Amino acid sequence: MTGEPSPPLLAVDNLSVAFGPSRVVENLSFSVQAGRTLAIVGESGSGKSVTSLSVMRLADMMGGQFPTGQVLFESRQGRIDLTTATQKTMRGIRGKEIAMIFQEPMTSLNPVFTIGDQIAEVLILHEGMSKQAALAEAKRLLDMVRLPDAANLLARYPHQLSGGMRQRVMIAMALACRPKLLIADEPTTALDVTIQAQILTIIRELQTELGMAVIFITHDMGVVAEMADDVVVMWKGRKVEEGTVADIFARPQHPYTQTLLAAVPKLGSMTGEAFPKRLPLTVMDGDTPRLVGGEHVQDTARYGLPPVLSVRDLVTRFNIKKGIFGGVTHRVHAVEKVSFDIHPGETLALVGESGSGKSTIGRTIQQLQKETSGTILFGGRPVSSMNGTERQKLRQEIQYIFQDPFASLDPRKTVGFSIAEPIRTHALIDGSKPIQKRVDELLERVGLTSAHASRYPHEFSGGQRQRVCIARALASNPKLIIADEALSALDVSIQAQILNLFMELQEQQGLSYLFISHDMAVVEKMSHRVAVLYLGQVVEIGTRQQIFETPAHPYTQRLLSAVPVADPARARNRAMLEGEIPSPIRRVGDEPAIFKRTEIAPGHFVASAA
Amino acid sequence: MAGFLIKRFLQAIFVVIVVTLIVAFAIRLTGDPALMLTQGAGSVTEADLVRIREALGLNQPFLVQYFGFIKGLFTLDFGRSFLGGTKVSTLLAAALPATLLLAFSSLIVSIAISIPLGIKAATARGKWADQAIRILSLVGLSFPNFWLALMLVLLFAITLKWLPPSGMNGFESFIMPAVTMGIILTATNVRLVRTAMLETLNSQYIMVARAKGLSENVVLYKHALRNCAIPLITYFGLQFGGLLGGIVVVERVFNWPGLGTLAFDAVGARDYPVLQAVITVLSLMIIGVNLLVDIAYGLVDPRIRTE
Repeated sequence: MTGEPSPPLLAVDNLSVAFGPSRVVENLSFSVQAGRTLAIVGESGSGKSVTSLSVMRLADMMGGQFPTGQVLFESRQGRIDLTTATQKTMRGIRGKEIAMIFQEPMTSLNPVFTIGDQIAEVLILHEGMSKQAALAEAKRLLDMVRLPDAANLLARYPHQLSGGMRQRVMIAMALACRPKLLIADEPTTALDVTIQAQILTIIRELQTELGMAVIFITHDMGVVAEMADDVVVMWKGRKVEEGTVADIFARPQHPYTQTLLAAVPKLGSMTGEAFPKRLPLTVMDGDTPRLVGGEHVQDTARYGLPPVLSVRDLVTRFNIKKGIFGGVTHRVHAVEKVSFDIHPGETLALVGESGSGKSTIGRTIQQLQKETSGTILFGGRPVSSMNGTERQKLRQEIQYIFQDPFASLDPRKTVGFSIAEPIRTHALIDGSKPIQKRVDELLERVGLTSAHASRYPHEFSGGQRQRVCIARALASNPKLIIADEALSALDVSIQAQILNLFMELQEQQGLSYLFISHDMAVVEKMSHRVAVLYLGQVVEIGTRQQIFETPAHPYTQRLLSAVPVADPARARNRAMLEGEIPSPIRRVGDEPAIFKRTEIAPGHFVASAA
Repeated sequence: MAGFLIKRFLQAIFVVIVVTLIVAFAIRLTGDPALMLTQGAGSVTEADLVRIREALGLNQPFLVQYFGFIKGLFTLDFGRSFLGGTKVSTLLAAALPATLLLAFSSLIVSIAISIPLGIKAATARGKWADQAIRILSLVGLSFPNFWLALMLVLLFAITLKWLPPSGMNGFESFIMPAVTMGIILTATNVRLVRTAMLETLNSQYIMVARAKGLSENVVLYKHALRNCAIPLITYFGLQFGGLLGGIVVVERVFNWPGLGTLAFDAVGARDYPVLQAVITVLSLMIIGVNLLVDIAYGLVDPRIRTE
């Protein structure tokens, strides 16, 4: 009758996971107490996802083996070691006692079965329910994750649901048998911030309601601060630090944790600053952190000069052919009457969620997409009336950097060739020797070396590949760079480095950026002015300070409040955000109302209901 | 979905017109049926030939003959065979079921073998079972169907005397022709199932299905197979055309009383009405099967159904 603490629900002890000869997780130990939330944090390649798949023993299907360690789980049949359990035993535990939700809600549900069938399947399997009882229970579960109209939803198919709704269905399915442990592997990474906030709230509330433990796997320190009780930091397959969430954020011990936290862009960190600022950055040099760069105020925008780019009343729509004979019945109203200017040396950020039209604006400016109406002036000349030579010049002076650096480099060409290509196409330099010299120069400019020129894209890491893409964009001496979610696919530490590189190049070469992003914290660090897009229209535009410190439009406020902040000391009880992001698809003839904008402060325009 | 089907139906009509026009025209380039009919008849005068042509309607302009044939399509009156004067519709009524039965049993044999083997190969990717299945399917691909048919006859009909060597007479007579056709189809189908399955098994929802605690059989045969169905159905539909082509040869070897045999004899005799009718029926069948394939898409994939 001593006060011995109850054993943990899950105890991972000295676990190693190997795929063939390579060990991706080494000597990992941690434990999860019943009812608590453990966050496993790390960047790509840290082994955090493999860890979760190993607990489920799903790593076996991918050829994973467990050379050392054990995973002790308090199951209904007493404590068992999951690493030595048979797949038959595991099938009784999966979905019943340990459930999992995955990163990609768009592909997590089987497209050919109804929502109802997919939830009912778990209940029929583990609880022995009849189909009818299972469907009734499925409806209750859908209500529980606050999906409206649950009864009708049962008969619908995954493709009829948005990403946020699908992730709620996944949660309902995972919680169907009231598991003791829920493993959530980056459950909100692919979602828009307002939807992410909804999902996080639902997980937290249901955890309290059902008293289950949660392992939350994420790379997002903001989400960690919002969700976790305890944190395990992983780096290169090893645990480098563990502690309570408050300790990890307040007193990080390991250099890696310190650099990770330093790199995380924190919303609100620029309050009171008139300009974007480049801050020194800690990077991991092998196993030791090193401080690089200094502090620079990014006062580069030249508002006295005429704008590089002027967009006036831009409208871009896409026809959807649905009729029997290919008649147009619906249109995507991607961009509706958007106007803005970008001055030399200025960064204008376009922010918004899926379907806001931010990427379409970038594509239309580059003339990858034809505008429906409106004018785009580049260097004072209308883009639409340009002849072939002028258009060629336009393609040289505006460069595009995409989200996926791997997909935008030719895998069969050396990096040097890819960088030299725009120089050759636009005949900027003659002769292979000088071109070679320029390529080397560009590689060094973006923090790589001339030796990299002869390598192929697959030999680089994601961050290095994005540097190559930047070098290629710089090769044609652009005046404007359109960066479309250029940082979204990168780990935070790499993201911070690329962000500094962008700002450094702006200072040295007077570049202008159109920075398209959904990440409010990154936008706050980088931009001079911000335009907030909602359903193809600019609802608010102003300087960075105006938008972030005195947001006036309800949508901007909502967007800002939804961003998880990497500070566990902040109160967590946020109001539940309701609603879905509406669709920009409208029937032909059903034109959207165009918002009127009023200037509430110099340069700060806010839309009011039309 | 309805609009889609109407579109497909209009396309099908166009295809029938083009096919029949080409067939009717091309067949008339191959020689004079009157000469064929009178071969070895001794003294045939030019006047006799003219009379025969008139009797068969061959003296009329091509388009008139063609429209006569098209008109006949609607009343199922394909005219009479030049040989013996039997109604073509009677000949078709006898041969069509034989060919259809053979074609579908071949397809079923092939699907029944290739789906489990293809799934096994995909799940055992790179292991010995996968290698063995791939080698076997390559061997199967390399057999010409007439050779395989002859070898089966030699073994099962002549040496072992288990099965009848030819003709259509009861269940046993189906085995060898259906297996011959089936093996040829299976060779390609196994590879197709394997590829489609490998792609599907990489999907996130397969991982989710496993994370629910479902058994491997449910994961593979319920969750994965249904998602492979679109490429498989597409290919099985396309294959049907090739199958009907291959059947002509196999029907000859097994003396099967089907459309292949009918067509083969009609070619030799320049029997225009029979040949035209057989080819038209075959192309209608291919078009029909592909229409069924389009409908099947909607049945297996809700994303197509609800569009």
